[in-house]
Amino acid sequence: MTDILMPALSPTMEEGVLAKWHVKVGDTVSAGDVIAEIETDKATMEVEAVDEGEVLEILVPEGSEGVKVNTPIARLSGDAVAPAPKKADAPAEAPKAEAPKTEVPKVEAPKAEAAPAAPKSDDGGRIFASPLARRLAAQAGLDLKTVKGTGPHGRIVKRDVEAAGKGGAQPAAAATAATSAEPRKALSLAQMGIADGTYDLIPLDGMKKAVARRMVDSVQNVPHFPLFIDVEIDQLMAVRAKVNKMLEPQGIKVSVNDFVIKAAALALKMVPEANASYTPEGIAMHHNADVSMAVAIDGGLITPIIRKAETKGLAQIATESKDLAKRARERKLKPEEFQGGTFSVSNLGMFGIKQFTSIINEPQGCIMSVGAGEQRPVVKDGQLAVATVMTVTLTCDHRVVDGATGARLLQAFKPLIEDPVAMLA
Amino acid sequence: MAAEFDLVVIGSGPGGYVAAIRASQLGQKVAIVERENLGGICLNWGCIPTKALLKSGEKFESLSHLKDYGLSASGATFDFDAIIQRSRGVAKQLNQGVGFLMKKNKIEVIEGEAKLEKGAAAPKVVVALKAGGSRTIEAKSVMLAVGARARALPQIGLEADGDKIWAYRDALAPKKLPKTFVVIGSGAIGIEFASFYRALGAEVTVVEAVDRIMPVEDEEVSKAAQKGFEKRGIKFKLGAKVTKVSKDSKGVKVELEVNGKVESLEAEVCISAVGITANTDGIGLEALGVELERGHIKTDSHCQTNVKGLYAIGDCAGAPWLAHKASHEGIHAAEHIAGYKTPNVNSPIAGCTYAQPQVASVGVTEQGAKAEKREVKIGRFPFKVNGKAIAAGETEGFVKVIFDAKTGALIGAHMIGADVTEMIQGYVTAITMEATEEDIHGIVYPHPTMSEAMHEAALDAYGRVIHI
Ligand SMILES: Cc1cc2nc3c(=O)[nH]c(=O)nc-3n(C[C@H](O)[C@H](O)[C@H](O)COP(=O)(O)OP(=O)(O)OC[C@H]3O[C@@H](n4cnc5c(N)ncnc54)[C@H](O)[C@@H]3O)c2cc1C
Repeated sequence: MTDILMPALSPTMEEGVLAKWHVKVGDTVSAGDVIAEIETDKATMEVEAVDEGEVLEILVPEGSEGVKVNTPIARLSGDAVAPAPKKADAPAEAPKAEAPKTEVPKVEAPKAEAAPAAPKSDDGGRIFASPLARRLAAQAGLDLKTVKGTGPHGRIVKRDVEAAGKGGAQPAAAATAATSAEPRKALSLAQMGIADGTYDLIPLDGMKKAVARRMVDSVQNVPHFPLFIDVEIDQLMAVRAKVNKMLEPQGIKVSVNDFVIKAAALALKMVPEANASYTPEGIAMHHNADVSMAVAIDGGLITPIIRKAETKGLAQIATESKDLAKRARERKLKPEEFQGGTFSVSNLGMFGIKQFTSIINEPQGCIMSVGAGEQRPVVKDGQLAVATVMTVTLTCDHRVVDGATGARLLQAFKPLIEDPVAMLA
Repeated sequence: MAAEFDLVVIGSGPGGYVAAIRASQLGQKVAIVERENLGGICLNWGCIPTKALLKSGEKFESLSHLKDYGLSASGATFDFDAIIQRSRGVAKQLNQGVGFLMKKNKIEVIEGEAKLEKGAAAPKVVVALKAGGSRTIEAKSVMLAVGARARALPQIGLEADGDKIWAYRDALAPKKLPKTFVVIGSGAIGIEFASFYRALGAEVTVVEAVDRIMPVEDEEVSKAAQKGFEKRGIKFKLGAKVTKVSKDSKGVKVELEVNGKVESLEAEVCISAVGITANTDGIGLEALGVELERGHIKTDSHCQTNVKGLYAIGDCAGAPWLAHKASHEGIHAAEHIAGYKTPNVNSPIAGCTYAQPQVASVGVTEQGAKAEKREVKIGRFPFKVNGKAIAAGETEGFVKVIFDAKTGALIGAHMIGADVTEMIQGYVTAITMEATEEDIHGIVYPHPTMSEAMHEAALDAYGRVIHI
């Protein structure tokens, strides 16, 4: 028998949602078959079988949240890979394989002991837990779905809840997140005058909960302040038209946002103090400008990253951003593709939004909000003129980036975006 | 030499023989070594023969209450020899039963005294055979279930001689019935013998070193038990330190120190019930480097000693010194040896005393909970308002339960009264299943039963008692 363990989709991943099973008990799988989908805060990943064998048991039901990395999620017969323990002549202290059930003559093995399993969920999704375990879990705000049962037949007993509680990370992160994302004393909608039945309730998925938690945390913990600047993009539009014509045969189209990413990355290299993160130990000055670009997707938001954007050409940035956005919408991003940027760009220009201030994407020091490019009257050399103007807002974490630093970043950014040729320098 | 057995068990008490059966069920080839009687202390000199005697005493005593039930009989007497013979017969029957179980489970019984020597997978077992000669056995695992014996205190002259100073074996098979006793120690064993001999009319004084009897029980139970025993004519000396036990032609003199004052008691016979000593000597543990802890073999949660392949269970491996604890450990160790990764079950070990009145308890006492600074909810219910108890004329005693105030977990139960030793398992089950007050409140207890008091006590803890 082989246990299939909850995979870590990234080095830092501690738990995830078992979003979907592609196999059921009795199915035969071979290496490479997709057996399940795992959802983390932001991505859904497919889990492939490494061994071959028959699915003996599904240990974690579909939809289980907060499944810790490395907990067994299913059991394969795996005869081909794991030779059955030969009991008769195994030394007594040999690694005690799962119960030598097959060879026990008279009495069948104490099953639960032989195979301590995660709380079974039959079709009704019922979790087997002792009354005390249920109460302790409720008191600790722990989701029993995340607790592995070690009692008879995999029943969750007191010691399991206590162990899970000690594990710290175990209390369903999502649940805690949801709580902290809610107002302190959450009144029900009915209490606030919105009658039941007058709305549809869409359950919170992992992404919704993650966004809620991260945004609340950020607004509560980070001292935000915005800086506004107008940039003229007539030259940019002209350059962009030329570039796109050139790139047309290759099927590449550079967007205004790609220019913004490039210009922001170069500006960050010029004002490295703005490419920084606050940590209790000190200010982390990032070596690269890894620019996160906010992508709206069905049911949420995700920020895939153009790594070392300062070193990349516009064509490459355009290609990458298109690919990232596409896979983001399919929720197929790998965690390392959306975790760990140093600066964010959010663009609502395509919706005609003139200007807006974004919430800091922790632990980044700044986020740039890009409004629509539009023709506006401008005064040039005392003359009224028309220019294509775009308002850019930089929201800063005041613990890292103070007003002057933020201003210098925008000062560096402005000439680059207004005259993209400068980016060649 | 290749291992002849998967497991050799040394000692065939309720720990050893049960372990042997379980191991055999799991496909292990098992031998059991016993130097005396199959069934150990429990069947031959402990739990079972005492219960036989106590039943005789109880039946005899009940004759004096016949009038309460509208009955009369005259000239009731007893035949002391017959009472003892009945008890020995019961022990014999069960001892043979164990022999049968060994055969049925294909467990080889080796009669003789075992010693351990250094071995390969596990220590070697060298048996001085009863039939003469010796046999060396190698096994993959060895389990010590050698039990314990009565503790002697030679410094103060408290050493059983089978004549005037008795340990439990003497008290279980005396040649004649003495008229006066001093029992030293008010634990379960001392109290049971006191209860038995008192029921047959002897004068009994129980000496206890601390200031209450049955010191492991809840204080309320100790108090009620003392009252119940005193009502039946047993006397107590509490807070009394025995300084010397001496014999003369008439009997024994027990010298005491009570609150700094010197006193003495005289009786025909002194029963010593001051605890037990584990049988850890003379089996070669020192040479193997087996770790001991306060006179008992030190084991981990799977009953493994610090020596490879060597397990220890039951009385020789520490408190509580109870047969069901020994059996439970035996089963767990056997499963562990057979390769099961069973986490040790979390069932609490209940303690029962089969005197009149009976006492049964499990989990923490109120004092224990206080010492641990646990917030508790306590409920009580007396049998004197329980319908069945009134109908049966058994209204002595009460039920007391202790819940953890925060979680509602049942953490202790204490009962005194008729048949409470049969009822305590209800609470043991509840605790093992991790029931909360809600579950127990929801249980429908059959009416009329004494067990309804268990329900009421649990209700009382939450201000919901019905019948008071
Ligand atoms: C009077 C009395 C009343 C009791 N009443 C109760 C009761 O009501 N309920 C309860 O739960 N418990 C009771 N007990 C306690 C109970 O008897 C013990 O807890 C129980 O017997 C312990 O079981 P065990 O298997 O550990 O050891 P034991 O029953 O002591 O068995 C050990 C066996 O090992 C054998 N042995 C020892 N050394 C060797 C050796 N070197 N080689 C071969 N064989 C060896 C011994 O001969 C013995 O047969 C009572 C005890 C006494 C004395």
